[in-house]
Amino acid sequence: MLKTTPLNQVHKDLGARMVEFGGWQMPVQYRGVIEEHQAVRNAAGLFDVSHMGEIEVKGQGALAYLQELTINDVSRLENGQVQYTAMCYPTGGVVDDLTLYRFNGEHFMLCVNAANTEKDFVWMEEVREDGDFGDLTLRDVSEEFALLALQGPAAQVILERLTDTNLDAIRFYHFYEGLVAEVPTIISRTGYTGESGFELYFTPSFAEKIWNALFEVGSRDGLAAVGLGARDTLRLEMKYPLYGHELSPEITPLEAGLGWVTKLDKGNFIGRDVLMRMKEQGVPRRLGAFKMTEPGVPRAEYPVFADGEQVGYVTSGTMSPTLREGIGLALVKSDFAAIGTRLQIGIRSRRAAAEVVKPPFVRR
Amino acid sequence: MEFPEELKYTEDHEWLLVEDDVVTVGITDFAQDSLGDVVFVELPEVGRQFEAGKPFGVVESVKAVSDVYAPISGEVVEINEELPDAPEVLNTSPYEDAWMVKLRISDAQELEGLMDADAYRTFVEEQE
Repeated sequence: MLKTTPLNQVHKDLGARMVEFGGWQMPVQYRGVIEEHQAVRNAAGLFDVSHMGEIEVKGQGALAYLQELTINDVSRLENGQVQYTAMCYPTGGVVDDLTLYRFNGEHFMLCVNAANTEKDFVWMEEVREDGDFGDLTLRDVSEEFALLALQGPAAQVILERLTDTNLDAIRFYHFYEGLVAEVPTIISRTGYTGESGFELYFTPSFAEKIWNALFEVGSRDGLAAVGLGARDTLRLEMKYPLYGHELSPEITPLEAGLGWVTKLDKGNFIGRDVLMRMKEQGVPRRLGAFKMTEPGVPRAEYPVFADGEQVGYVTSGTMSPTLREGIGLALVKSDFAAIGTRLQIGIRSRRAAAEVVKPPFVRR
Repeated sequence: MEFPEELKYTEDHEWLLVEDDVVTVGITDFAQDSLGDVVFVELPEVGRQFEAGKPFGVVESVKAVSDVYAPISGEVVEINEELPDAPEVLNTSPYEDAWMVKLRISDAQELEGLMDADAYRTFVEEQE
């Protein structure tokens, strides 16, 4: 039995094509992936991402616990700030990537991938039991939140019509607890598209009200409902990793290009020993962003060749709706990840030329 | 959804227009709608022989890769050379501008196994 978000019927009424994603029935597209993609780049798009999981961490031990659990430096986080981070196994492989919200020093929230929520929570319980964090409570609060992402250059003008909160005062990767259409909402300036925009967390029973209110005030600015199909092409154009593709228990954050959030000097955390050693000895594989220089669309799991030998595989690929070229990410032996490296992608029976480029594919 | 009367259809959602000993082949309105935005098309070379049921080309949407199968056996006598440069035409004009290949029929008996428009419409309705 697939799980559904509070907007399931709204999506169906809009004619969305529904698919299974991580145990959830979700809209993959409404009017077409390319049209929805361009709406987000040029105007604004609204995504129902209520399938994402939320886990609350509370107590005097919360900060010390999160420092042990996650790879980024939680001590740098201020009240009202969000941090992109990940949890690793002792092997250095990734449990999940997530955004971490700090309400105060004893109250945090993790927003995690839908398909990983249960696994993450079990892992977090295990870590808690193995340590001595004193006063600490963990709660899976996923069912207490609907989540909408409002993304695109028009996102702020649209949201301003439904809130008294001064949105200019919410800096990138910060949040504020305000009202949207009179509904108490965590207004977070975050997203997964490369555009400016917000993610809105609120009680699920208000989902239809907020969805409809946003379209009432946003349609004239070109606000479009956007499905998971365009969510994937948008994030790929920015080289944002997707768990299950660029991140997994077999891939370390250093390999996946998350060195910038892996704070090896913050003190101990789970996976640090392996990651330290990997950094000292050289990261064996790296995630490269590549563009096709011959016609073709790269896809996940296609082999990647250089000098006639397989040097890695494609983790994600698509036809970029913005560039109208085949683009992808590939996990390759580190020697072949440098910008300008010529690669061949094994597409069915042929090998098509590609080149490693500087990410992101699309500059915003 | 359109089902032109003059065409024949396959269970793999290809259409055929039979003219003497040559058939023009493409994918149906249902096929393009199921695929979504088509972004890439791969066609065979003129002169290649295909057996009925073997893939002769590939159509890719943003999300998915689909083979296109030869509905009958035959030799490729012409391809739609404009299509690889404008794959989106498969979404806008699947039965006309987005024809894919013309095959010279090897065995006219194979045509007898194909569906007419009514039969294909029923087949599609059962799929949905």
